[in-house]
Amino acid sequence: MSKITRRKFLAASAAGGTAIMMAPTKKAFAAGSFEGFPDGMGVLVDLTRCVGCRTCEAACNKEQKLPEPALPFDDYSVFDEIHHGNQKRRTTDKAYTIVNRYDLKDSDEPLYRKIQCNHCNEPACLTSCFVNAYTKTPEGAVIYNSHVCVGCRNCMIACPFHIPAYTYHSVLNPVIKKCIFCYDTRLKEGRPPACVESCPQQVMTFGKRKDLMVIAHERIKKNPDKYIDHVYGEKEVGGTGWFYISSAPFEEAGFDVHLPKKPIIDNVKDFLAIVPVVLTVWPALFTGFHLLATKGKSHGHGDDHSHDEQEGH
Amino acid sequence: MKKLETFGIKPHDASLKADGEKWSIMEKLLLGLTLDQYIGQAIRNKLNWFFAIIFAIGIPVIIYRFIFSLGAVTHASYDYPWGLFLGFGLFCMVPLSASGFMLGTTVEVFGRHDFEPIERLALLNGLLGYFFAVVYLLVDLGQPWRLSYPMVYSFGPAAVLFLVGWHVATYLSVQVAEVSTAFFEWIGFQRGYDFIRKGTIGLTVAGIILSTLHQGALGALFLYAPGKVHPLWYSAPFQWILFFISSIPAGLCMVICVSTIVIHTMKWRCDKRFIDNLDWITIALAKGSAMGLITYLIMKFIAIAHDNEWAYFFTGWGAWWWFEILGFVILPLVILSYGIHNKLVGLCRIGAFLTVLGILLNRLNTALITFNWQLYQEIPHYLEFVIAITIFAIYVATYRFILARLPILYKFRSQAEE
Repeated sequence: MSKITRRKFLAASAAGGTAIMMAPTKKAFAAGSFEGFPDGMGVLVDLTRCVGCRTCEAACNKEQKLPEPALPFDDYSVFDEIHHGNQKRRTTDKAYTIVNRYDLKDSDEPLYRKIQCNHCNEPACLTSCFVNAYTKTPEGAVIYNSHVCVGCRNCMIACPFHIPAYTYHSVLNPVIKKCIFCYDTRLKEGRPPACVESCPQQVMTFGKRKDLMVIAHERIKKNPDKYIDHVYGEKEVGGTGWFYISSAPFEEAGFDVHLPKKPIIDNVKDFLAIVPVVLTVWPALFTGFHLLATKGKSHGHGDDHSHDEQEGH
Repeated sequence: MKKLETFGIKPHDASLKADGEKWSIMEKLLLGLTLDQYIGQAIRNKLNWFFAIIFAIGIPVIIYRFIFSLGAVTHASYDYPWGLFLGFGLFCMVPLSASGFMLGTTVEVFGRHDFEPIERLALLNGLLGYFFAVVYLLVDLGQPWRLSYPMVYSFGPAAVLFLVGWHVATYLSVQVAEVSTAFFEWIGFQRGYDFIRKGTIGLTVAGIILSTLHQGALGALFLYAPGKVHPLWYSAPFQWILFFISSIPAGLCMVICVSTIVIHTMKWRCDKRFIDNLDWITIALAKGSAMGLITYLIMKFIAIAHDNEWAYFFTGWGAWWWFEILGFVILPLVILSYGIHNKLVGLCRIGAFLTVLGILLNRLNTALITFNWQLYQEIPHYLEFVIAITIFAIYVATYRFILARLPILYKFRSQAEE
C-alpha cells in the first residue's frame, strides 16, 4: 500500500517538477520599477506650435521609404477624414506618423496633433510579446525584430496609443509596422529623427528625455496662461519617450486621459505572481487530496490495481 | 448508423469477434461494414450532406486565406487585431474544453470511479477542443509556420501569451496521452495502455496545474488592454480567476451538451453502462456547474465592487452586462438548481446549454464586443464567419468519427472481462 502511494506521489511530483522547469522566468519582476534608461533620448512636442503642414509626415515617408500616399502631403482634406463613424486618421503600415486636427471648445483656432509611437519607458508591446520581438534600446527607441515575429498581434492589443499596424495583405511575410524613432538611420548615430528635423515650426525638440522634461516644465511655468499644467507622457503608462504640452485640455486633442500612471505590465503582475504559486503548491495539494480521498479505497481502476501490485520495486 | 443492426452487425466493442476471430484494422475503421455498405450509409446520412455543403464552401475559403493573406478574409483592422478566429476559436473553445481536467480530477484524484462512464468523453472533449483552438490559431497567425518560435527560438517570458503558448502545447500533449489509452485499447496495444495508465495520476495533476494557469491566462491576456475592454468586463486583480472559475461550469456543461447530443444521435455506440448512468451523471455534473456558476456570479460582483464600477450599471453597456448575467448566468443557475432539486434531467440539459451560450457571450464580449468600446464597433468580415463555421464543422465531424470508433462511449470488453 505504501509503495503505491509513494510511487503515485512521486509521479505527481515529477509532473509538477517538469511544469516548474517550464515555468517562465519572470523578467517582469526584475523590471518592477524600470523608469527608462538614464540617457535615453526623447522628443518634446509642443502642440501650440503645430500648424498642421504635414511636413513631418512627408519626411517620415521619405526616410522610412514608405509607399506614396493616396493623397499628396500638401492635401489638407485628410484632416476632415472620418473612419468607422467617429475616428480620425491613425497610424498605418504605410504611415508611421500622421497629424490630425482637433476643433476646440473654447477657441476658434483648431489644435493639431502629431501621432507616432511614443516610445514608452516600459512598453506594453514589448512586455506582451511572447517572442521578445521588441527592444527598448538604451538610446530610447522601441524597435522591432520582424524575423522572430509570429504574427499574433498581441502588441496591437496591448499598445495603449493604438500605434502598431500590421501588413495584413502580405502572404508570406506579414509584419508589424510602426515608428522606430529612425533608429537604424539616425538615432543610433545620435541624430534626431527625420520628422523632428523637417519641422518648420520647431514643434518638436529632440534631446535627452530627462533634460527635455525640465524644459517642458519650464515652458509651462513661464507661460502659465498659455499651457495646461500637465506634461502628457511624463507619467502616463510609466512615462513615454515622446511627450506633449498643450494649450487645450488633452482630451480635446484626442488624447486618452484615463490611461493608468503605471506601466501596462503592472496590471498583469498580479497574475504573473500566481504562476509560481500554482506550479509549486498544486502538485502537493492535489496529490494530498488524492491520498485523503482514496484512503482505504482502491487506487485507480480495477484493472490498474493488479499492475500496481506487480510494480513493487 | 442506427441501421447497423439491419446489416446484422454488432458494433466493434471487443478485441475479438463473437466467433473468436480478431478484428482487422479495416473492419474496425468501417465499423464492421463492407466498404459498399459503409459508403451507402454515409451517403444516406443527412448530416454528412450538411457537412459536405459547409466544406465545399469553407475549405476553398481557408485555402484562399493562405494564398491571398489574412487581409483577404478579414477587415485587416488595426484596432481589432483579434477577430473571430481568436475571439471565438481560442477564447471560447478553450473554456468549453475544461472538461478533461475536471473529470480527470474527479475520477483519478478524488477516486470517484462511479464517474468513469463519462470520463473518457470529457477527456476527448478537452483534447479536441484544444486541438481545434490551435487550428483556429494557425489560421489567425500572420506567420503560422513560426508557431514553435516561442518554444525553441526566441523567448518572451514576461508575456502572458508565452505562458498560454507553453501551457496549451504541454497540456495538449498531456491530453493526447490521456486519450491514447482509448486508442491503445482500440488497436489492441496493451503495453502502451499499461504504460500510460501507470502515469495517470501524474498526468491528471499536471492537467490541473496547466489548466488553472492557462484558463486564467486567457483572461490575463486582456489585462494588457486596460481602457480598451469595457470596465464591467475588465478587472486587473480578478480577470484570471473569473476566466478560470467560469471555465469550470463551461467544461462541465459542454460535456452535458455533448452527451445529450450523443445519446440522441449515436445511441447505437453507447453501451448499457453509459446509458444507465447518464441520467444521474448529468445531474451530478449539473451540481458541479451550479456551484461553479454561483461562485463565478459572486466573483463578478466582487470584481465590480473592488473597482467601484457600479455607475456603469446605468449605461447602455450596463444593460448589456445585465443581459449577459441575468440571461446566461442567473437564469441557467435557477434552471439547473430546479432541475437538480427535482431530478429533472431534461431541465439540467437546458440549463447546461444556456451556460455554454453564456460562456460564448462572455468571451466574445471581452474579446470583441466590448473591446474598443470607446472607439467603434466592428462586425467581423463575412469570410471570418465562413472560416470559423467550417473549422467548427471539421471539429464536429472529427468528434463524431472518433466517438463512432474508439471506446469512449462504451467500455472495451477485453478489458471488462479480465
